[in-house]
Amino acid sequence: MRRNLIIGAFLTAVFVLAALVSFFWTPFDHTAMSIPDKFQRPNGEHLLGTDHFGRDILSMIMVGARTSIAVALVAVGIGMGFGVPLGLAAAARKGTWLDEVIMRGNDLVFAFPSLVIAILITAVFGAGAINAIIAIGIFNIPVFARITRGAALSLWEREFIMAARVSGKSATRISFEHILPNVMNLLIVQGTIQFSLGILAEAGLSYIGLGAQPPTPSWGRMLADAQTLVSIAPHIALIPGVAIILTVLGLNLMGDGLRDYLDPRLRVSRA
Amino acid sequence: MLNYIFKRFLSLIISLAVASLVIFFVIEVAPGDPAQFMLGINAQPDTVAALRTELGLDVPKWQRYLGWVAGLVTGDFGTSYTYRTPISTMIADRLWVSLPLAIYALTLSTVIAFPAGIYAAARRGKGGDMAVMGATQLGVAVPNFWFAMMMVLIFAINLRWFSAGGFAGWDKGFWTGIHSLTLPAVSLALPQAAILARVMRSALLDILGEDFMRTARAKGLTRRQALWRHGVRNALIPVLTIIGLQFSFLLAGSIIIEQVFYLPGLGRLVFQAISSRDLIVVESVVMLLVFAVITVNFLVDLAYAAVDPRLRSRT
Repeated sequence: MRRNLIIGAFLTAVFVLAALVSFFWTPFDHTAMSIPDKFQRPNGEHLLGTDHFGRDILSMIMVGARTSIAVALVAVGIGMGFGVPLGLAAAARKGTWLDEVIMRGNDLVFAFPSLVIAILITAVFGAGAINAIIAIGIFNIPVFARITRGAALSLWEREFIMAARVSGKSATRISFEHILPNVMNLLIVQGTIQFSLGILAEAGLSYIGLGAQPPTPSWGRMLADAQTLVSIAPHIALIPGVAIILTVLGLNLMGDGLRDYLDPRLRVSRA
Repeated sequence: MLNYIFKRFLSLIISLAVASLVIFFVIEVAPGDPAQFMLGINAQPDTVAALRTELGLDVPKWQRYLGWVAGLVTGDFGTSYTYRTPISTMIADRLWVSLPLAIYALTLSTVIAFPAGIYAAARRGKGGDMAVMGATQLGVAVPNFWFAMMMVLIFAINLRWFSAGGFAGWDKGFWTGIHSLTLPAVSLALPQAAILARVMRSALLDILGEDFMRTARAKGLTRRQALWRHGVRNALIPVLTIIGLQFSFLLAGSIIIEQVFYLPGLGRLVFQAISSRDLIVVESVVMLLVFAVITVNFLVDLAYAAVDPRLRSRT
């Protein structure tokens, strides 16, 4: 399905671009309040309208994209940075105590209700973007460890790995030089999926006040602000929600498309 | 089989022990002394010290840990710092909201997902399949709390069919309770239904490619008969696993939805306990949730092994 990839990449590009452009230019200052202009519906001057303080919603969405993307990106980085080496090690030492400890550790992290732990971490160490990143990142580790181990296990049975072993390479070198490049496709696909989950998680945490703190704009907090005003000005609740949906949808479509594009053999319907 | 059960049970106990250690010590590093927090910054040091003794905060950490675990095993969860009531009764009260909500949401999600997934698999690649898959893509992307807000706007504020929040309580009658849980349950169920429908579809597609499906058709069953008698039944195994996981997720994961609708459930209990530094409540509720998840996984594994003997050799 090439179409998925194109639509997904387009949506993702729009939001990444919006986030990048916001560093140099936004239609208005996203913190500038102007009470006389509050609750404006989308119009020629304010393309997406204004909120209860008269702030320009388009500008806030653009800067909010920055927060969402940064949090999700670093959280995926944490997951890959720890999860991939763990998965490689578990596969290289299959069946040993190391494998057992890593996989049991994985099961354990999976068993924790992620949202409750994220709330716990932000509550214990304080609310803020950094702690939200850590909370989301920790739960990405077992995902990447498991997928890396699964793919690496079948690679270890292949002949070219056998050849590398015969030539005297250590398990560590084989893991990084031969196994890792061959599981990279899989990791990229999983990365886009975890990225989209990260954006949803960040929005959820910010919504209950544990993510990015004011004045850093975030889509989740825009929704929290909008909650009590939804009957007066539905657009201030509608727009951040649509932004989240389109971004997540774009990333998911891109992930699906990438999987089919990179490796047609992996074409299994994603659950 | 007995050997397998024993092995799995052992790893269940180890997991629970490690989980309790992690939870206890993560909470222990939390800044803020509960006694100081309860009395305020201006409290006399000796008053704070007295309260610390009363709450049992002055004994060594490992002793408190052992006491806590011993309490958990015997069903005594301790006493809340702020409410001064036994935590077990607080949890029981909240479960009367969270448990029915989770069951309600899971029922809705299953009722939506099963027909959708089966329909999509049966029409693989055709228009109906595309429509269902498109809808599930959207369902997975929608944040459930935003969806909840939109439903409040439409069904509570504009149409006035439901109240915008709060829980009427079960003593006003079963249907009144169900009525006030409907919007929260629907907002929890929809994203879950999208995931479940995708699992159902892909599990069924795997089965449809099996030889025994061809045999079923060859012996004269119609497509529909083969699909229902041999296909759906076999596809249920992976689907039931996901349902098990979703149930434990719903129990814990409704925390944001409970916040949207001001429901007095387990999630809000944790949230409030965290903000009032009522750490013993946090510890016990989180442990209970982890216990639920680990136990559900354990039971699912056993059920698997009972159905499929090949899995028993795997540890």
